[in-house]
Amino acid sequence: MEPTTLLQVNNISVVYSDVIQVLKGVSLSVEKNRIISLLGSNGAGKSTTLKAISGLLKPENGKVTDGSVLYDGDNIQNSSPEEITRKGIIQVLEGREPFKYLTIEENLKVGTATRWMKPYKKDLEMVYNYFPALVQRRKSLAGYCSGGELQMLVMGRALMAHPKLLLLDEPSLGLAPLVVKEIFRIIQRINKEQGTTIVLVEQNANMALQIAHYGYVMENGKIVMEGAAVDLRENPDVKEFYLGVSAGGAIRSYTDIKSYRRRKRWL
Amino acid sequence: MDFFLQLLVNGLSIGLLYGLSAMGFVMIFKSSSVLNFAHGELLAIGAFIFLVLTSWAHVPILLSFLITLAGCFVLGFLVERIFLRPLIGEHLIFVIMLTVGLAAMFKGLLLFIFGGNLHTYPDFLPDGLALHMGAVYVPPVYVASSCIGIVFLTLFGLFFKFSSQGIFMRSVADNQTAAMSLGVHVKKVFALSWAIAALVAGMSGIVLGIINGTNVHEISAIGLKVFPVVILGGLDSIGGAIIGGIIIGLLETFTGGYISPSLKDVVPYIILVFILLIKPYGLFGLVEIERV
Repeated sequence: MEPTTLLQVNNISVVYSDVIQVLKGVSLSVEKNRIISLLGSNGAGKSTTLKAISGLLKPENGKVTDGSVLYDGDNIQNSSPEEITRKGIIQVLEGREPFKYLTIEENLKVGTATRWMKPYKKDLEMVYNYFPALVQRRKSLAGYCSGGELQMLVMGRALMAHPKLLLLDEPSLGLAPLVVKEIFRIIQRINKEQGTTIVLVEQNANMALQIAHYGYVMENGKIVMEGAAVDLRENPDVKEFYLGVSAGGAIRSYTDIKSYRRRKRWL
Repeated sequence: MDFFLQLLVNGLSIGLLYGLSAMGFVMIFKSSSVLNFAHGELLAIGAFIFLVLTSWAHVPILLSFLITLAGCFVLGFLVERIFLRPLIGEHLIFVIMLTVGLAAMFKGLLLFIFGGNLHTYPDFLPDGLALHMGAVYVPPVYVASSCIGIVFLTLFGLFFKFSSQGIFMRSVADNQTAAMSLGVHVKKVFALSWAIAALVAGMSGIVLGIINGTNVHEISAIGLKVFPVVILGGLDSIGGAIIGGIIIGLLETFTGGYISPSLKDVVPYIILVFILLIKPYGLFGLVEIERV
């Protein structure tokens, strides 16, 4: 079966406050039922790319000034988040952002905002099935939960909305290695069992490329490299800068002159 | 002892009223961080709509009560839609200044239409509603206002705790960006909180009008009492607003009864200062949960 494109980002530029250009022509395409991973160092524009898709640029005074975002054939650039979420795109924000003064279960309930008044009992069960750790804490305030629980909570909250396209912004941020592994296993399960298409922004390139089908590498607001995850894992540049392994197997530093030059060539 | 009990009952009923009216104020603050300086005028508007309906148009009492509430609800909604919404995303101070302007505008309009005189409602509460508990006499107005207060508080409590819309409203108050990312209609939530705030304010205005008669200056000044009430209770706590209201109501009646009626309006503020020295967030204000 020929894979169909769910999301097509065509050469978009994003400008904050009318002067600060963050994205300079980013293009990517996301096929249905795939996990796409977006890699890059801090400030490369990964989060901005996600926000350009989910419509969350507006509250930060950002705007897509050029190019187009096509979702399921519709033009959605600069639409409001209310419209975009109702089309089935849900973003899980970086840094988790729970509702601190709501209980876990109330947090999950907010996830049903896009289909208000519809029954959600089954969805709660589904979320608790993916994240069993949440069950026993469902009556406690989210503000008092651990980082791992919160990451599960915000992912569960997004699942309550029945997303067709799930945008995950650094789910591994600040979590213990074992918890990260667990989270990534669950992301993979969600993709397989729910058929949810996922765009995954990560610093942890190693983990991300293990579960992703396809990957993009960003630098300075541009895509500098793309390819199947397997190929990216084997690419010497990616190995060096994101996986921390040089061709010889020894760990090299960023200050290395030669790698600096190679890094320059990407731009 | 009887005198004490009488003051206690009066203080509680007045306090509940303050609490109710402060609740509307807190809702706007919680959802959009806006301090609404036009709150007193919203109270006055409620009182005057009721006046027009009962004394001038002779609509049955219960019906005019309901119409007033509905009218205030719509008014709050429109105020948000017309005046507040264009300012979303601007600095808060502009929005707060706008509410100061709204206060002046509403007050001017009311003065223009009704003048600065005291108007009174026809006497409609049956005397049978009054309570006699020993030597303590609770006038019908207080009985009615306490009942209304308790009913509405329970309704709103249930609304915020259990209904989806109530939970969405709390989520916006908690973390606006996250609420937006999940598709919560943030603007609708703002509009709804203004509508509910105006409704509650209008209701308090009616009751105040029954007790003291309606006068633009007086009612809007009472509306400003929400400030000590909410600062005492904690700006962002609805439960705190109620309890803050009751405390201020009690302080007022006790000072009026035992010390001097002319100190009635001063002592609550003095005690407020002392409470804030000890609890800077107010009695029930949210102390940021830092553990995240």
